Amino acid sequence: MDLKYSDEYEAFRGEVKAFLEQNWPLKDEEAKLSGPEKSTLFRQRAIEHGFVARSIPKRYGGSEQAPDVLRARIIAEEFAKARAPADIRGIGASMLVPTLLEHGEEWQKERFIPPTIRGEMIWCQGYSEPGSGSDLASLQTKAELDGEEWLINGHKVWTTGAEIAHYMFCLCRTEPEAEKHAGISYLLIDMKTPGIQVSPLRQMTGTADFCEVFFNDLRIPAKNIVGKRGQGWIVSRSTLKHERNMIGNAEGTRSTFRALLRFAKQAQLNGRPAIEDPTVRQRLGQIEGYVASHFYSGYRQLTLAARGQEAGIAGMLNKLTSTNIAHMMAKLAIDLAGDEALETPAPDEIMKINPRGGQAWVSNYMWSLGLSIAGGTANIQRNVIAERGLGLPRDRAVQRT
Amino acid sequence: MDFGLSEEQELLQETVRRFVANECPPPRLREIFDGKDGYDPQLWAGMLKMGLGGLVVPEAYGGAELELLDLALVAEVLGAGAVPGPFLGHSLATLVLVLAGSSEQKERWLPSLASGDALGSVAFGEEGDVWEPAGWSARVESGKVTGTKTYVPYAGLADWILVGVAGGQFAVVPRGGEGVKLEPVAGVDRTRRLDRLTLDGAPCEVLPESVAGRVRDAGLILLAADAFGGGTTLVEMSVEYAKTREQFGQPIAQFQAVKHRLADMATELEPARGLFWYAAHAFDHIPDEAERAAALAKAHITDRYMQIARDAVEVHGGIGFTWECDVQIWFKRALFDRTFLGSPAFHRERAAQLGDW
Repeated sequence: MDLKYSDEYEAFRGEVKAFLEQNWPLKDEEAKLSGPEKSTLFRQRAIEHGFVARSIPKRYGGSEQAPDVLRARIIAEEFAKARAPADIRGIGASMLVPTLLEHGEEWQKERFIPPTIRGEMIWCQGYSEPGSGSDLASLQTKAELDGEEWLINGHKVWTTGAEIAHYMFCLCRTEPEAEKHAGISYLLIDMKTPGIQVSPLRQMTGTADFCEVFFNDLRIPAKNIVGKRGQGWIVSRSTLKHERNMIGNAEGTRSTFRALLRFAKQAQLNGRPAIEDPTVRQRLGQIEGYVASHFYSGYRQLTLAARGQEAGIAGMLNKLTSTNIAHMMAKLAIDLAGDEALETPAPDEIMKINPRGGQAWVSNYMWSLGLSIAGGTANIQRNVIAERGLGLPRDRAVQRT
Repeated sequence: MDFGLSEEQELLQETVRRFVANECPPPRLREIFDGKDGYDPQLWAGMLKMGLGGLVVPEAYGGAELELLDLALVAEVLGAGAVPGPFLGHSLATLVLVLAGSSEQKERWLPSLASGDALGSVAFGEEGDVWEPAGWSARVESGKVTGTKTYVPYAGLADWILVGVAGGQFAVVPRGGEGVKLEPVAGVDRTRRLDRLTLDGAPCEVLPESVAGRVRDAGLILLAADAFGGGTTLVEMSVEYAKTREQFGQPIAQFQAVKHRLADMATELEPARGLFWYAAHAFDHIPDEAERAAALAKAHITDRYMQIARDAVEVHGGIGFTWECDVQIWFKRALFDRTFLGSPAFHRERAAQLGDW
């Protein structure tokens, strides 16, 4: 066990730092460019140096580096410190690109990967439907092959960014006679195609961060299918295989905990700083135990990945653990917020990553519920942990092929 | 950057795990648990043969000269097996001598403790839930120690008892010496027996260095490691029981209410593995963070152990509530781990103060 990086890695860190010092922020004429232009220009240089788009082949605009979670970690640390644009985030880069790399046809990779990793092509995900949440494979949006086109009708929901996305990767039922998982195909939809209606979906927080998307006799080219007909379920399971950031989530949790600690110092309870209250101190201490565990479990998973070993059950616990912690923090925060919890959070206090005042924490209290639902609800996580992690029997109702 | 175990550490755990499976399987554990003194000379001799008596003792004194992390990894495996005996008190006694003894004192005591020819124990607790060295009132005057120490592990079997005294030093007292009175405590954990020690002008030898804080931290980490190991066993036992126990015509593991509880037990426990690893690593290598990390690990993991033990009883249903069911053995180790050296709440408050909250 050694928490220091070896000389080889520290030398690499030196290269990253030197690159950042020279290239970010942009200087002279380039400093006058718009924000997105600056990011694109810088990112291109970072790709040339092998610091960004590392898992993407050069022919698709990536830097094609050998997988190395520790180098990836060092890049993430140094880019974050310099506040420099790192890998494009969002589901295009994190979900679509790995899927295309594994299952896409050559023209699809050439057409879609380069603009996506440059941040020029934005994607949304068409998975959930009003009748298909946890039981996603029951989805009913229908796509029929009509000559050289798919004719699509249906209704998607919880679509983040549908109003700004250029394209959607979408699961549709193309084989109505097949068993439910075998009847799904993975299609790529240009969001400018006639027949698409996007409406915002307002959440309990008062803001609208998701959309509903309606397809009415939408027609897209037949070749816009990834994988074969009926393989969409398997195709959609592709994930980033290399350099997955195992600590990012735990670091976010730790930073929110520090914000909570600051709030406890600033909030008053019975006329004194809340942090002096023994109950508050105990609750903070309990939460810190979970936060620190989550963090060191992340370090352990990073090490296992660097050694080429599997994390086992530990890797399955990350999402449930982080949502559990988010709930504990939010619960303590509204107890500290006092009467501010009676007020509707002001619009600029909503969805702060590191909340400061009482209203931002009240908003966070609501958001923490969204966290435990999005991307697989807490109870679905428990099923995964129980069945795949602990070897318990599958639910009887869920027969899978 | 490597936050993982070495091959040697994995081998050490595997070796001890195999030993426990062979030499202390549940029926044998049960006999010792129900026995008079919670001690099996043959089992302890086997542990000594593996070198577990002197893991942190320098090689010059016959030990393995390993780090606290190695000791904690062994504690985890022994906790998983609920192995009865004096490992905790003896290990801490050797650590006291390593950290506080003069070279002459080390030379005199450590070889026999490392080989196990002599058994050691440490006396931390005092009346009124006092565990912290700052609250110790046992006093040494003219080479004689007077005071009462509560809950001394296996003091009745120890050759030497290292008694914490006012000021944070340790005084070495021979068990059978003049002015030394021992009374067995009817302890809840029958795998780690305790005695009450009354000292009335008992001749002693004081070790020069004040190391009580360091030894306390080591103790907290060993308890956290034991708790983690015990927790993993309770999760495994509960999973196995849920798979085999049938009600309403199916294994109870088929019911989501049971599955989800088991998933929650694993989720509560498994991430904390890194917490005791980190605390042990900090003890050896990151002095600035060591004290707080130890307090946090003890508070968090022993609390998780206790809750998992309650959950395990519930998953086992009626049988889980019986003396016959082995769950109670780990349940009581959980009670020991959370209480010994101070409660989770106590150490959480210490961690708060150490963090300048």
